[in-house]
Amino acid sequence: MATRLQPVQHNQIELNRPLALDSGAVLARPTIAFETYGPINAARSNVILICHALTMDQYVASTHPVTGKPGWWSKVVRPGGVIDTDRYHVICANVIGSCLGSSGPASVDPATGKPFAMAFPVVTIGDMVRAQAMLLDQLGIERLHAVIGGSMGGMQALAWAAHYPSRVERALIIASAARHSAQNIAFHEVGRQAIMADPDWQGGDYYASGRLPVKGLSVARMAAHITYLSEAGLTEKFGRQLQDREVKTFGFDADFQIESYLRHQGISFVDRFDANSYLYITRAMDYFDLADPHGGRLADAFRHSPVRFGLVSFDSDWLYPTAESRRIVQALHGAGAQASFVELSSPFGHDAFLLDSPEMWRLMAGFIEAGL
Amino acid sequence: MKSAPTLRPDLALIAAQVPTGARVLDVGCGDGTLMAALRDTKATDVRGLEIDPANVSAAMELGLAVVQGDADRDLADYPDDSFDIAILSQTLQTSHRPDRIIDQLLRIAPRAFVSFPNFAHWRVRLDLLWGGRMPVTRLLPVAWYETPNIHHVTVSDFRDLLRGKGIGVEAAWYLSGDKPTSAAAATWRAEHAIFLISR
Repeated sequence: MATRLQPVQHNQIELNRPLALDSGAVLARPTIAFETYGPINAARSNVILICHALTMDQYVASTHPVTGKPGWWSKVVRPGGVIDTDRYHVICANVIGSCLGSSGPASVDPATGKPFAMAFPVVTIGDMVRAQAMLLDQLGIERLHAVIGGSMGGMQALAWAAHYPSRVERALIIASAARHSAQNIAFHEVGRQAIMADPDWQGGDYYASGRLPVKGLSVARMAAHITYLSEAGLTEKFGRQLQDREVKTFGFDADFQIESYLRHQGISFVDRFDANSYLYITRAMDYFDLADPHGGRLADAFRHSPVRFGLVSFDSDWLYPTAESRRIVQALHGAGAQASFVELSSPFGHDAFLLDSPEMWRLMAGFIEAGL
Repeated sequence: MKSAPTLRPDLALIAAQVPTGARVLDVGCGDGTLMAALRDTKATDVRGLEIDPANVSAAMELGLAVVQGDADRDLADYPDDSFDIAILSQTLQTSHRPDRIIDQLLRIAPRAFVSFPNFAHWRVRLDLLWGGRMPVTRLLPVAWYETPNIHHVTVSDFRDLLRGKGIGVEAAWYLSGDKPTSAAAATWRAEHAIFLISR
């Protein structure tokens, strides 16, 4: 089992202005790591921003530098693809608070010369989006042809449309919500408590110790991974089948394939993700509620929005169920905004947005191209 | 952008009647053919509700704002008076409670176009009279066990429903094939009926 994250070089930029956070704290000169794909045109009008999910990263269409795996949406973002990098300039930035090159708890605090750990300020989805907007400012990009994201990426896409309506032509929000539900907060809290209960977490100050809270982070990942799937999907893939054995062992080994699969998910996750980043990003999602600053009226977050909205949900997704997307659509109607919505059928639960989904791809392509 | 195909006769008639610049909700909008025509020729702010995801995708490709949903359930989510005109074309007879849908249409908009195939058309009557079987015609092409049309309605039935609810009829058009037919003969001769109703 790996015990430390590999140091990897990422494409980075230091923001030339301070980032004021929703908490009131300020990051003086945060770093943003990002990847780009495809040429930008002279008018800088062909930019698509992709926002990544909780444990994803900026390597949307390029090989992950740690795992060596293809980008998480490499089938979607490619030359001639659904998001055609021959025609669009695609940007994906690692969110603030994460651990793939953007400032986060594992970054060095200039004040102490040591990693921030839990001294890193709590960030929000709004802060992530503000940092992305500053990145675009610095890259000289005023307006986005589209902002697209699934899950937490969808939250960012919604926040982009709410906070920067004049900079966004269209927003595609997939398998997401305008607020984190009590159930979602509950699952996140289980994950956080698993990390913090690991003695190797050491109050978050583990970076120099040579010990990482791999057990806690692994359990957090296992619990979360269940929420990304569906009962039908699990039954279809694993059922009650045993793992590499003919009979039960009458012990607590991973007898069942599903146990073995989850353990693998947990263990492989710790090689590529920082436990403190997991705490910070799950917290950011929990705090997300676009209606909160408007007295609970979500429509007021989008009043007279010129943005064209597309929303997609999956019928087996119980983490971000269709009802959450419908709530957004109703609010957008109430706000007089242009909104389309589709519920797609899939057995794969929340993860469906990352998997091969020709219906979703066709719809994405249509939405991106519409009106051109 | 894809060019809009030729409109079905009832849709062409509705499109011609919608005032320029109106806010329109097309309930059961299909692949968005009428919506696209309204947007392109009448500069209307037009939105759609459609039950079939493949149709919603097709409409989104035309750049239209269409929400997947079920008229029986999801019209309740639209605010009062959020549109100037609601359109329900060839969808009334597929709904579980056509009467409640009419109520919803006139809550969401002060005026509504409602079109449906007339089950009292002479060919349908003959089929039933002589064949003794549920008719399968050009406008009702699917056998009884798999037809989406679960509430067959005639011109007279619809007039009665409106009268019972105190709903006004601003205008009505009756089509036999592509040709208009008179109100007096409509109950026998109309294949399609199109009503413009108001509160």
